[in-house]
Amino acid sequence: MKLQVSNSPHIRDKVTTASLMRDVAIALLPAAVASGFLFGIRAVMMIIVSVACCVLFEYLSRRIMKRENTILDFSAIVTGILLALNLPPTLPYYMIVLGALFAIVVVKQMFGGLGNNFVNPALAARIFLVIAFPTQMTHWTVREGAFSFFDSFLGKDLVSSATPLAMMRNTVADAASGATSSATIAAESSSLPSLLSLFLGQKGGCIGEVCILALLIGAAYLFVRKVIVPWIPLAYLGSFTILVLFFGHTPLLEAVRYRPLSLEAWQNAMYEPLFMLLTGGLMIGAFFMATDYVTSPVTRSGRIIFGIGCGIMTFLIRYYGNMAEGVSFSIILMNILTPHIDRMTLSKPFGERRAKKHASL
Amino acid sequence: MSTVLAFRGGVHPRHNKNTDVLPSIRLTDFSEVDIPLHQQIGPPCTCVVSPGDYVCVGQVIARSEHPMAVPIHSSVSGTVKEIHHVVSEIGEPIEAVRIESDGKFVDDPSVAPPVIESREDFIAAVRASGLVGLGGAAFPTHIKLNPPADKKPQFLLINAAECEPYITSDYRMMCENPDQIIDGILAVMKWIDIPRAIIGYEDNKPLVSRIFEHELEKRIFKTGECHDIRVHKMKTVYPQGAEKMFIYALTGRKVPPGKLPHDVHVTVLNVSTVRQIGLYLRTGMPLVRRRITLDGSALNIHGNFNVPIGARVRDIIESAGGLREDPTKVIMGGPMMGVALDSMDCGLIKANNAILVFGSKETRVPPESACIRCARCVMACPMLLQPAGIDQAARRKDIEMLTHFRVMDCIECGSCTYSCPAKRFINQSITDGKKLIRAEKERYASEQRLRTASQKASSGKEEQDGKSVPKE
Repeated sequence: MKLQVSNSPHIRDKVTTASLMRDVAIALLPAAVASGFLFGIRAVMMIIVSVACCVLFEYLSRRIMKRENTILDFSAIVTGILLALNLPPTLPYYMIVLGALFAIVVVKQMFGGLGNNFVNPALAARIFLVIAFPTQMTHWTVREGAFSFFDSFLGKDLVSSATPLAMMRNTVADAASGATSSATIAAESSSLPSLLSLFLGQKGGCIGEVCILALLIGAAYLFVRKVIVPWIPLAYLGSFTILVLFFGHTPLLEAVRYRPLSLEAWQNAMYEPLFMLLTGGLMIGAFFMATDYVTSPVTRSGRIIFGIGCGIMTFLIRYYGNMAEGVSFSIILMNILTPHIDRMTLSKPFGERRAKKHASL
Repeated sequence: MSTVLAFRGGVHPRHNKNTDVLPSIRLTDFSEVDIPLHQQIGPPCTCVVSPGDYVCVGQVIARSEHPMAVPIHSSVSGTVKEIHHVVSEIGEPIEAVRIESDGKFVDDPSVAPPVIESREDFIAAVRASGLVGLGGAAFPTHIKLNPPADKKPQFLLINAAECEPYITSDYRMMCENPDQIIDGILAVMKWIDIPRAIIGYEDNKPLVSRIFEHELEKRIFKTGECHDIRVHKMKTVYPQGAEKMFIYALTGRKVPPGKLPHDVHVTVLNVSTVRQIGLYLRTGMPLVRRRITLDGSALNIHGNFNVPIGARVRDIIESAGGLREDPTKVIMGGPMMGVALDSMDCGLIKANNAILVFGSKETRVPPESACIRCARCVMACPMLLQPAGIDQAARRKDIEMLTHFRVMDCIECGSCTYSCPAKRFINQSITDGKKLIRAEKERYASEQRLRTASQKASSGKEEQDGKSVPKE
């Protein structure tokens, strides 16, 4: 009779890497389904192609590098879904394949596989595609009429459209040239979409980022299943909102200074921050990309710093940068800082008092 | 007093307190016992009996003059067969006395309630009873009860958390012998002069507060004395029973790394330890039996058993009902911090409180995969360390990083390893890391010794040289 001998503990939690990744994939399903409704069957095909390529590249690169097979940990599937959800609806399939190749082989496996990549593979691949194919990566379309999954079978076409963030840029540029006064940019300009349509996803953008409702359902699932803790999204969205409120195109203080009791003034003032929260990749970025375990800090304070950094960076790029959107870049930049944040925020062991400054100083 | 009744971090394994309604059964059916001569923190004892001697229950069979050591008593009556080497529960050779039991359990004539008139008498009596911390650490109790004069304890904390899954022996003891526990607490409060006592238990033990309230009420009616003993319910979260977490949960005081409970003016005793004090003061019978929980899928009968110390694990399992299937893992202690035995022939020691016999179902070892930095270990660590970092550093044998991540402050509760989704053996890395650091420290110290020695030698030489210089 042979007895097993091992170090304690002798029992383990049920949660595994695969179950965590599976939960992330499940949480992305509402956004995937919404993309099918909003952009037609092609969006679903994009997701399938992307996932299939990611899994295939993962399998092949592990095989070639003579490492154990890891496709069963679901991480390649998650990368595939995330990559597809961050692409515009008309992107040629071969570019998706290239993106998957870059994400899995260059960013993930060449650095040692899951756990060793220093930036988020899906985001890095998206940035690679933006730089390599700028025209295709910024060609946005939107479906005319309401949500109709079957339209693509009926031969209805998608119509080219700008993203709301680009529209906002144009409106602001108009305002600067004197066409409208800056205080009235927001709700009164009819060219900008309503908040409800932004929330439901009736707008130009990447296939997975447009339906905020679906993303929030997924995020709620992640919180309930305790897959992620809310520090990074809270710090990210919070710091970004505060910056927009005070330093945006229609600063809160200025908007309500003369009419502090007017509901309308407050409504106008709140339009811009809400608009900014509901457009672009902010929601999918804050809940699904910035919270990526591998590339974000492990301590609570580190996570808050990370989130605030993302918020500031996104604000700077959206308001002062060359591009309309900056979520991917801000997260990637903070990914690079993660090891330093971790080192800075190493907590003191339980019970150790912080070293007191010398009394004479 | 700020009471938080929990700490930051921790994990929630399934309680599996399957045996908490089963009354304990006294087991006597042992033909031989192997009593190890090293059962505590501190030096081993020297045997004072020789083969062929007849010994009784409670007779001293080994002692040591070292101030940390406590005597070891015979747990059966019978003939000493041999003094031999056995393999201890952690796999090291250890001296043990093998006694053939005559099955009569004759008490030694020296067993009589001690007469106590002073604090010194009390501490001597605790030492003579062979008592060590019964929560698992086996730290000698008489040392714990004798803190330096400037660190007078304000609280006596009774640890009844029993936070390990499966184990219910302390809970059964509280159900069955509450009077002895209160006796023990009152004696410690009286002789060590501690004004207040708090019994802390986890909220998965239903009856504790009612048991003690009833017991204290009875005493008030009987003697008219009222004692400041409180019973506090704590959140059920592992490792609530770890000393630092326990003190923090009950009093809000944090024991700094490298310090002891008396540095924050508390004394912590396990509930079984304090009961043993109560029992000894009443009967004079030293620590010769332990109540242990037997559980696990490979056993026929689960329950709590009162077993003589030194009884072999194999014999205990046999007389408690035997095996249902071939065990794959036998654990002395709880599943989170217990020791996996490599053979079932080692004898029960004083600090044991459970034997878990797991079948193949419970011991499936999941394959280890790469760390995904999910920070579950960081969130689980009650000491607020970064186990993932320690794990990496230990595998690279990077002493600088191990020190940076404060591996020596780890209490090895296993919460990180339990919660790891990649199923990494973090606790193993931590043990290895601690060994590395200890080895490094030793190496450094011996180098220092060599250096000072050589400096002395060379400075002596210089002096000679100096003397020779003026001559020229």
